[in-house]
Amino acid sequence: MFRKLHEPGAQALTLTIDGVPVRAEPGETVAAVLLRQQTAALRTTPVNESPRAPYCMMGVCFDCLAIVDGVASTQTCLVTVREGMRVERQFGKRSVLP
Amino acid sequence: MAKDYDYIVAGAGMVGAAIAAGLAGQGKRVLMLDGADTDLRAAKANFGLVWVQGKGYGNPHYQRLSRLAARLWPAFADELERETGIKLDYEQRGGLHFCLGQAQWDERALRMGQWQAQAAETGSCIDMLDRGGLERMFPAVRWGAEVSGASFGQMDGHVNPLRLLAALQAAFLSRGGALRSQHPVLDIQAQQGGGFLVHAGTEDHPTVYGASNVVLAAGLGSVALGPMVALDVPLRPQRGQLLVTERVAPLLPVPASGLRQTGEGTVMIGVTQEEVGYDLSTTTDAAVRMSRKALRVLPDLADARWVRHWSCLRVMTPDGVPVYAESTQYPGAWTALCHSGVTLASFHAGPFARALAERKLPDSLEIFHHERFDVSQAA
Amino acid sequence: MMREVDVLIVGAGPAGMSAAIRLRAAGLSVLVVDEQPAPGGQIWRAVETVAPTTTGKLLGDEYRAGQHLAAAFRASGADYEPQTQVWQIEPGWHVYKSCAGQAEVIRADQVLLATGAQERPAPFPGWTLPGVLTVGAAQILLKTSQQVPADPVWVVGSGPLPLLYMAQLVRAGGRVAGWLDTSPAGGWRRAMPYLGDVLQRFGEIRKGLGWLRELKQAGVKRIRNVQSFRALGDGKLKTLEYTVNGGGTRQVPAKVLLVHEGVVPSIHMTRALDCAHHWSDQQACLVPDVDEWGQTSLRGVYIAGDGAGIAGANAACTRGELAAIGIALQAGKLTAQRAVEQALPLREQLAGQQRLRPMLDAMYPPRASIFAPSDDTIVCRCEELTAGDIRRAAALGQPGPNQIKSFTRAGMGPCQGRQCGYTIAHILAAEQQRPVAQVGFYRIRPPLKPLTLGELASLDLDGEK
Repeated sequence: MFRKLHEPGAQALTLTIDGVPVRAEPGETVAAVLLRQQTAALRTTPVNESPRAPYCMMGVCFDCLAIVDGVASTQTCLVTVREGMRVERQFGKRSVLP
Repeated sequence: MAKDYDYIVAGAGMVGAAIAAGLAGQGKRVLMLDGADTDLRAAKANFGLVWVQGKGYGNPHYQRLSRLAARLWPAFADELERETGIKLDYEQRGGLHFCLGQAQWDERALRMGQWQAQAAETGSCIDMLDRGGLERMFPAVRWGAEVSGASFGQMDGHVNPLRLLAALQAAFLSRGGALRSQHPVLDIQAQQGGGFLVHAGTEDHPTVYGASNVVLAAGLGSVALGPMVALDVPLRPQRGQLLVTERVAPLLPVPASGLRQTGEGTVMIGVTQEEVGYDLSTTTDAAVRMSRKALRVLPDLADARWVRHWSCLRVMTPDGVPVYAESTQYPGAWTALCHSGVTLASFHAGPFARALAERKLPDSLEIFHHERFDVSQAA
Repeated sequence: MMREVDVLIVGAGPAGMSAAIRLRAAGLSVLVVDEQPAPGGQIWRAVETVAPTTTGKLLGDEYRAGQHLAAAFRASGADYEPQTQVWQIEPGWHVYKSCAGQAEVIRADQVLLATGAQERPAPFPGWTLPGVLTVGAAQILLKTSQQVPADPVWVVGSGPLPLLYMAQLVRAGGRVAGWLDTSPAGGWRRAMPYLGDVLQRFGEIRKGLGWLRELKQAGVKRIRNVQSFRALGDGKLKTLEYTVNGGGTRQVPAKVLLVHEGVVPSIHMTRALDCAHHWSDQQACLVPDVDEWGQTSLRGVYIAGDGAGIAGANAACTRGELAAIGIALQAGKLTAQRAVEQALPLREQLAGQQRLRPMLDAMYPPRASIFAPSDDTIVCRCEELTAGDIRRAAALGQPGPNQIKSFTRAGMGPCQGRQCGYTIAHILAAEQQRPVAQVGFYRIRPPLKPLTLGELASLDLDGEK
């Protein structure tokens, strides 16, 4: 849905989204990176499994939730990317079982 | 001009709505009066348990009443769902009371044994499960290391308490009842020769209603109303705090006292019992303690997000057992007060409402009269 | 041992930073906590890193101005904890916060809430589809990620922010497919009584006119008299459908739709604390009651910046400074006389900075249709409840919003009403023929931000260690 104005450049780092490596720039949020991916939706709701994507980018809508480094229901618009970060899309009611 | 009703029910919470729905179902003309949106409303903090095990320890009448209510529940839930189309998420597949460590288990086994013996004629409904028994009964659940077992109550179950209240109000309305919100009862005047005039609404602009009977089911609000019709029931508030998580995939198949997974998938954790007067504030301290307790039972919950924390004031009689009474001085004025409005809902909407409709409480309910608190009489 | 501080500031935006600098100068210990990884709030997001870049240039001077305050803030000696969320505040004042999965409680003598504002929730059919975002969100993406919509974007909204963003987007080489201008007709007419203010603060007006000119030069299509619109798509946004008054209905392809209907104070924390608020009919929102220093109805709790009432970044800085004076006064660091003296020039400055507000409010009032969504519009995003669901529940007696919450679960999701509270209140008001202020609002419950039970359980209770 979105594209960067320039390529990440020398400082680029790599994180994985559902196991797939993706390049990102230091200082940007995980939600921003997710909005660049081919799949529009980054989760489905626990109520009716409706597809959702980031809406407000400032932490007041809770639609940007994903699993970040194993922690589910994380507001990705408030998480800054890090080298090696593992991001997974969250579908329906998340499970707390391993 | 005052309107004429057979019954005016003060309070549209779990108790009031059940009674009113029952009365309307008996063909009575009923007006139910509800307070303001931000009034105390104990009915918004029910845990949702339809519970028998351990109820009325030391008071076999209350135990029997709870058992009766639980037996009535399935048919009551069925009828309510069919009538209103509101899904109650009622399940009766038993309930657990967890024990941590051997000492707690031994204590619980002893207590449950005594409890059952107090009403032995009703038959056994408790299984004491040790850790192995718990694991065999629920093989998919990962229990915390300290869990030594649980008492399993065969008659226990749970329901969505908020939908239950909505369904009771909806049934009441579809049975011809009248509901006035934002209309707290301000004054009740017994009339010469029978009947009552009830003033409700705002202080400077009250509406006056007339009825042959008035039922005080206003929870703690009944403290102010009772004396108007010589139904001085001693009540005190007892604070209960509870937590709820985000919706998670199924994890806990049956409810437990203090821990249950709802139909939506949220996990409810509770409940404190605090004597703090009319203080409705929540405390993070209590939240921390409750979460620690829950994690000792289901450690996997550590990853679940806590979404909401609220509190309410239980309607506590001095012995924690319900009060059902008719005013001696003003016949036609009744009261029904308890802190187990969910479990007893089937009883309130059924046999109790029928008794009220006949204007005669059965002898079996005598022991629930509040004169039992009158120490001066005993002396 | 619980950490203690004289003043805890929530929010490192214009107001929070300005207050921190002045409080430190007054000799108070200060801890500033903020959700973001860097100071700046919303308006100056990522300003430290972005201001010196080409993106900084296209964002404009007002944006870049933030870097000076950020530098002064860093040098002020205030403790600063980014990526930190406050999830509860209890009397004492005990502030509960979380960072990197670790919860902690801090005791502060006084608390300053500088949590700013949020975009006014304006539900419409299809607004929950992936591909629909707020204009503010797009601007944040431009600032923090230097990223723009990949395809020509549709913008639907009213107010200065869409104008600014579209101008910035165009400068960055992005494309606007079209702009549905939803501002109620007659804006300039409504602005006429404020002609004096306009002339006084013409520099600001000129700025806005400049953005309009840029858009015109870029050929951005502006469509007015929009009666209704909806977002369509299966699993994600595909089409924007709109109807113009007296005209027909058009459908246009869209992958990204940006919406904006003004800004309202973030009142979540002040409501959770049970501070007194008043209802602004004009802006259809709650505003906290504050005294001349920004103190709320709770002693020791202050609010500064847009959270106290929308007035923009410069006014936020000034209010931050005024709050700092008030806090320092209460802490005994200033005499009452000194406080008044220091405040005087700031109050004059603030009056100037707020001068255009009434005109802007008159030009861009929230349109009525925002509060009367169609039955099929989702109004509670978290619980996926429609306006029709709410209206049906409203028929059971005369429930208030908290009863509606009980019966439908509206407001029980993680956002706890940030996106639905006002809508539900308006729907009830319409169904019950009562003023919105009388209907009331959801009670806000802790936690202010969801944290895991494990984190909660690991909190040190005072006296444990």
